[in-house]
Amino acid sequence: MNEFITALGHHAFLQTALAAGLLAALGCGVIGTFVVVKRITFLAGGIAHSVLGGMGAALYFGLDPLGGALGAALVSALLIGWVRLRWSAQEDTLIGALWAIGMAVGILFIAKTPGYTGDLMSYLFGNILLVPAQDLWVMAALDALLLAVVWACYRQFLAVSFDEELAALRGVPVTFFYLLLLCLVAVTVVLLIQVVGLILVIALLTLPAAIAGHWVHTLGRIMLLATLLGAVFTSAGLALAYAPDLPAGPTMILLAGGAYVASALAMGLVQRRRARRRAVGD
Amino acid sequence: MSAPDAAVTLAGVSFSYGDAPVLEGVDLEVAQGEFLGLVGPNAGGKSTLLKLILGLLEPQAGQVLVLGRPPSEARRLLGYVPQYPGFPRDFPITVEQVVLMGRLGLGTGWRRWVGGWSAADRTAARAALVEVQAADLAQRQIGTLSGGQLQRVLVARALVGEPRLLILDEPTANIDQRMEGEIFDLLRVLNARLTILVVSHDVGFISAYVGRVACLNRTLVCHTTEAIDGQVIHDLYREDVRRVAHRHTH
Repeated sequence: MNEFITALGHHAFLQTALAAGLLAALGCGVIGTFVVVKRITFLAGGIAHSVLGGMGAALYFGLDPLGGALGAALVSALLIGWVRLRWSAQEDTLIGALWAIGMAVGILFIAKTPGYTGDLMSYLFGNILLVPAQDLWVMAALDALLLAVVWACYRQFLAVSFDEELAALRGVPVTFFYLLLLCLVAVTVVLLIQVVGLILVIALLTLPAAIAGHWVHTLGRIMLLATLLGAVFTSAGLALAYAPDLPAGPTMILLAGGAYVASALAMGLVQRRRARRRAVGD
Repeated sequence: MSAPDAAVTLAGVSFSYGDAPVLEGVDLEVAQGEFLGLVGPNAGGKSTLLKLILGLLEPQAGQVLVLGRPPSEARRLLGYVPQYPGFPRDFPITVEQVVLMGRLGLGTGWRRWVGGWSAADRTAARAALVEVQAADLAQRQIGTLSGGQLQRVLVARALVGEPRLLILDEPTANIDQRMEGEIFDLLRVLNARLTILVVSHDVGFISAYVGRVACLNRTLVCHTTEAIDGQVIHDLYREDVRRVAHRHTH
């Protein structure tokens, strides 16, 4: 750990990596909270994986892969939202299909792109140490966009997450805000792909919010705690991975996963004790 | 044909899900200030009728008018208490925030849709909780409430938008009898300023409170509460319902 802190002072790429982790934590804390309470983890998974199609196409045509990822994520968010609203009976099959088709398209493009085939792993599993410094600005801008939209439409997102029927009766355009929420999920996925790669995105998107949900009970507090937890997981994962030269993404995910299991067990313990005290009190 | 100031007017309304007719040629007029009970057997079309009034469904034939306009334009003047709340009980939200959501769509200018709740919203939420005698629950998480407490909170959520018509779908289906009386006593007080339409499966109980009962089993027949007897119940349910004499001591 000390070694990491010394190195952090000397190496710009480590500072960039740390900043990227913190910027990603903000998105995963705020939007991950909606994903968890609205129970759309599977939809978010579909969006994350089909992003590979857009990244592959961007590489093949010589465009910026981050831009390609953003475009692909938004398109797949709208497609998946449309599937869920229009064909809810076969929702899981269709989303599973989009999930796989997106990945297949991406792998074909990457295979046919000269010179880039070696990078497939870094898209799938991320490489926070290779985040270009200029991408930090893009990430910061995306974070600012997420926060601005969530602030402006907080009541509508809350209503659509909580009770769609009531939202509709109060004149909220439910379909619009549902699709907008999926688009925000798409933007967050792109932020996180930089850090942990698209295979592991779901863990970082949902685990901090799920842990926070064990201990605090309003949306705003869950967002705050999840953001802090996300910041701890990305920073600590980066630091722990440095000395033994482990890949940073999986280290962060294992930290988050371990914390989730510990939190769930502790939560169970607390609930059992409370139930026992209540039984004695009666 | 219909009085211009009617709260709800249904004229020749029919509705079916696929091939199964649920409502046939229903005519109903609810006057402003009325307290109407809507009773009938399960699957008799009660909830469907409410959804037509709320504008969540469109009739295949006939016309629905709410406060003299199409239902979709009258929605914000309605307060609705659903039979089954459309939210998971473990959702991380306080009672106050649940009630505040009944204020969506109010306010003026850009504040109607952008940003957080206004001071007026919070004042109205507090007042609504006081009115249903649930002010002390404001900061509780919604999942920790009992059935009766949740029902009061849902009534507060329906009241907070200052509706002119209050619609309740089986408001007492999931709570015990003492609470049932308290909820209906509350509705009787609210009826002084609101038109109320309440769905129930329990014709005997609600006839003590409401002014008029509409009996729905695909078609609709109205009665004043004095006229409810064994024959009416028989016609409605198409079988002999064993009637039990209740003696409530209050």
